[in-house]
Amino acid sequence: MTSMPQPGMARCIEPAALQALIDLLAQEGYLIVGPTRQDDAIVYDRIAGLDDLPAGWTDVQAPGHYTLVRRDDDAFFGYAVGPHSWKRFLHPPVETLWRALRDGDSFTLAAPSAPAPRYALFGVRACDLRAIAIQDRVFRDGAHVDHAYADRRRSAFIIAVNCGVAGGNCFCVSMGSGPRADAGFDLALTELIDAAGHRFLLEVGSDAGAALLARIDNVEASMADVDSAKAVVSHTAAHMGRHMETRGLKELLQGQPQHPRWDDVAARCLACGNCTMVCPTCFCTTIEDHGSIDGSSAERVRTWDSCFTLDFSYIHGGSVRTSTRSRYRQWLTHKLAHWIDQFGVSGCVGCGRCIAWCPVGIDITEEVATLRVAVEAGNEAGHEHD
Amino acid sequence: MMPTMDGDAWRPSVYRVARVVREFEEVVTLTLRPEGGNRPAFMPGQFNMLYAFGVGEAAISICGEDEGQGGFVHTIRRVGAVSHALASVSEGDAVGLRGPFGKGWPLSEAERGDIVFVAGGLGLAPLRPAIEHVLQHRSHYRRVTLLFGTRNPHTMLFESDFGRWRRGAEVDAVVTVDQADAAWRGSVGAVPALVPRATFDPKETMAMVCGPEVMMRFAVASLRDAGVPAESIHVSMERNMKCAIGLCGRCQYGQDFICRDGPVMRYDRVASRFSIREI
Repeated sequence: MTSMPQPGMARCIEPAALQALIDLLAQEGYLIVGPTRQDDAIVYDRIAGLDDLPAGWTDVQAPGHYTLVRRDDDAFFGYAVGPHSWKRFLHPPVETLWRALRDGDSFTLAAPSAPAPRYALFGVRACDLRAIAIQDRVFRDGAHVDHAYADRRRSAFIIAVNCGVAGGNCFCVSMGSGPRADAGFDLALTELIDAAGHRFLLEVGSDAGAALLARIDNVEASMADVDSAKAVVSHTAAHMGRHMETRGLKELLQGQPQHPRWDDVAARCLACGNCTMVCPTCFCTTIEDHGSIDGSSAERVRTWDSCFTLDFSYIHGGSVRTSTRSRYRQWLTHKLAHWIDQFGVSGCVGCGRCIAWCPVGIDITEEVATLRVAVEAGNEAGHEHD
Repeated sequence: MMPTMDGDAWRPSVYRVARVVREFEEVVTLTLRPEGGNRPAFMPGQFNMLYAFGVGEAAISICGEDEGQGGFVHTIRRVGAVSHALASVSEGDAVGLRGPFGKGWPLSEAERGDIVFVAGGLGLAPLRPAIEHVLQHRSHYRRVTLLFGTRNPHTMLFESDFGRWRRGAEVDAVVTVDQADAAWRGSVGAVPALVPRATFDPKETMAMVCGPEVMMRFAVASLRDAGVPAESIHVSMERNMKCAIGLCGRCQYGQDFICRDGPVMRYDRVASRFSIREI
């Protein structure tokens, strides 16, 4: 090692050093989660080392379609995103908010007993970094702070990966969220496999990242390596599977609550809620209160919920959104339009998960494009009749 | 790091039921006092999240203050498991309370003008502290009208308050019922139909409306017909709500979260979605 790594510097490491980095994080008490191959999909789970990664696999994605196939190399990160997102760790699907104990004729409240794990998130893509930043705005940066989320977020160590493959459903370039990770990480990797060997360009995003990097074998990245890493990202950016035109999208959607296109998509949508479960930014939840059978204790549990359920909009007398049309409209209009009013940013990061995991292959980019064409054609027809 | 709950808006405080008043069959009014310390200040139109131990939590409008005793008054109708549990408490029982939350009625902006309150059924509950505020500062306002519609004479809310509100003609309170009985001497019909008969200067009026959504739609239409500007009409909206702090996402109404941007909303700001079904 020649010099202390600094934020913003590019270094180069061998795969063995990446294993050393994982070992160091484990020694420091982090619970390390990263990509693994399970049930014919790449999902995020606890990893102990490089052997747990889906080396040599890639995914083929299309609307309603996701398959893993072999690559002709042993790339550790040669695929796009699967059905999991990191929200399952930072905003868990089931979370006890508090417990209450009967105390004579009153009751007292206690915090949940389990301390939050310190996560090392290994292999976070640029779209998902943006998704985490979006959930930060929802849970951490608003008028009311979700303290449990803020604690998990503060203690997390993030290792990003710049994408070397664009999935068939990817459109991060349209959403301005990728494929290069440019902020919000401690360390960022770009995987390089060429005549010079299998190695990683490593960029430092924080002091904590720099301190960790200083403890593993690394060399200064050559100009050639820096150029190769840029080429990897440019190639991915040029091969996006999908595109979404975002110009005027907020006004387009907010102006069309009664458009007949909502009936068209409602005829296909099963209102299953898969899109909301796989979406890395969807944050809606329900609350369940449980009482013990002897009445001595109770707990309050928060679980993921979906705006596609009838229960979601239930008020005494019935649900507000009984039709699938109104529920799909709520989801899409919230995601791509109202979100901007609420949080200053679109709720979509272009990861394409909702497209792959929709059982009937509804494609958010196609819905938006078709609505836009229909509205603009309607506007022109209107002008002709003026 | 152990989780902490300090300053956590998810955490209810323990309140004691000081008084239970049965309004009519499925509606009770509870006076709740904090166990230790003082209740937080509130604005008329805001709501609290009330928790029945082990059963759950519901958003309930604040219906009044507890005249110098430091509590909240809440009127609750039994409609589900939680409201049933809350409506079944006895004096001395402990309940949980978080709040107050949300935006209240525009009582300062309404000063020096006329006020028209329009309430349907239990929609009178969140207007009650606004009416009390107006009476306490009566000289700040000109004509004050309350138009209240309820199902039948047996579902009359806050009957003793009406007597006090009407005394000295401080409030012109008109009650209408959907179904009268032989003893009923008042109006019969929907509450929006009372608007054209009320006396107010439409250009100098603040209207505050609360009730079922369909009733509010007709009430707003009547007020607009009477010449009240859209920006002078306020409605109190209701949606499914679990957290009350903008985190659960359930109470979205267009771009607004009812818990945070409402429940009281200026009509001109929601007019474009007010009559869209299932929004």
